[in-house]
Amino acid sequence: MIKYVVSLALGTVLGVLAAAALLYFNPLAARNPLSPLAVSNNTMLSLGYSGVPTDAIVYTNSGESRAQPHPERVRELWERPIRLTEILVTVLTDSRNKPAGIGIKFSSDSEKTRLINGEALVDSAWHIHLVERGSLFVEQTENYWNLLRNIVLPAYWGSARHWKGVWNGNVTVGPGALGTAAVTGGTGEFAGLESEAVEAVNASAYSVAQGPVAMERRLTIDITGNVELTTSDVAGH
Amino acid sequence: MLKTLIFGFLFGIVGTVAAAYYVPVVDQYRESSVISVFPNGGNTESFHINIPTDRIMIGAPGQAEPLPPGLQWPADEQFEGVRVELFKVRNARETVIGVASRMVADSERIEDSVEWVLHFPARGTFYAAMPARSADGERRIGMLRAGTREFGPLQGEISERWVPNTGDDDVDAPDGRIELVTSFVGDFPDDVTESALTGSTL
Repeated sequence: MIKYVVSLALGTVLGVLAAAALLYFNPLAARNPLSPLAVSNNTMLSLGYSGVPTDAIVYTNSGESRAQPHPERVRELWERPIRLTEILVTVLTDSRNKPAGIGIKFSSDSEKTRLINGEALVDSAWHIHLVERGSLFVEQTENYWNLLRNIVLPAYWGSARHWKGVWNGNVTVGPGALGTAAVTGGTGEFAGLESEAVEAVNASAYSVAQGPVAMERRLTIDITGNVELTTSDVAGH
Repeated sequence: MLKTLIFGFLFGIVGTVAAAYYVPVVDQYRESSVISVFPNGGNTESFHINIPTDRIMIGAPGQAEPLPPGLQWPADEQFEGVRVELFKVRNARETVIGVASRMVADSERIEDSVEWVLHFPARGTFYAAMPARSADGERRIGMLRAGTREFGPLQGEISERWVPNTGDDDVDAPDGRIELVTSFVGDFPDDVTESALTGSTL
């Protein structure tokens, strides 16, 4: 009798491991597709920022994540309805790496997340002000599955609990039909703008203890026909 | 015994795949909304922010006591006219249900305005802009510019008002609160309107 119980338990464990491997190597999961804006002839506004929390003006979350709030004494989002949310306030730079404005990013884990589909989704919204130019609101759904699979999990498996390498990818997958974010202009030269955007990540180091260690991110916004471009906007595209 | 092993293996695969499909990985907690419906259509909802307890950040140049302590606002001269604040947002039952940003830019090239983004993780986000000057000396009124998820199909206005705390002598009582009242109405598709009209003539 015991040997049957043991073989059932062993078989179940092997089955769970096989299913986990199937999810991890899921051939149907999105493989970091090319951004539709990358093949567009439209004019783009390119805004960069650091993905490392300690480089931000303010970064806060529930305080239970590996990425710790910054500055240290910032209020944490511990209340139950906002516990799965993080806020980042950062300086946005143009394509020449000069400060161009301030961006506030709200990100919340999405209930549409389905690991079986290769989806680790986050609903996020940007509130952006570009100095002397105007304001923008960007709504997007981001998929961090590829980043988790290629960076975070290898960092956990490594003996040094650290990942180093080069990883580039787009994280925006919606709400636009082509996997783009929705942009709404607010004030200044962006007033009336209805457009699309894509956010990309360029990671080179990740630590299990600290989260992202070296990570640059870039938001590319299609501003065709609405605003007059500056030379630094065009240079990045 | 081999059959038992194979059965366990298949059970493990099917169970894991079923769990990955049916068990939600993320479950955002949602407080029930406190919404009043207007008789002529649309609805109104009131949010507020207790000051100073719900303020997370004040981003502005030259602060003697920055909030949060240790905050380093960009020293670049061009950011002098920008003021950014972050808050936790409460519903009418005093429960924190979301977070918000308020941005004010003082510029010669752009018309002065006050912008809000309110983010409710279980419901969605909306963006509103209002003129810097108040409509009646007490409240600013602005328009909903964009919304996501629950707020996506809505349009309407939002008002901002500072309400000082005059009735509580407790030293821990807030100085006052920022009151935000939304008045939103949904877009109805043409076929729904037509069917409603048809129904009313019968």
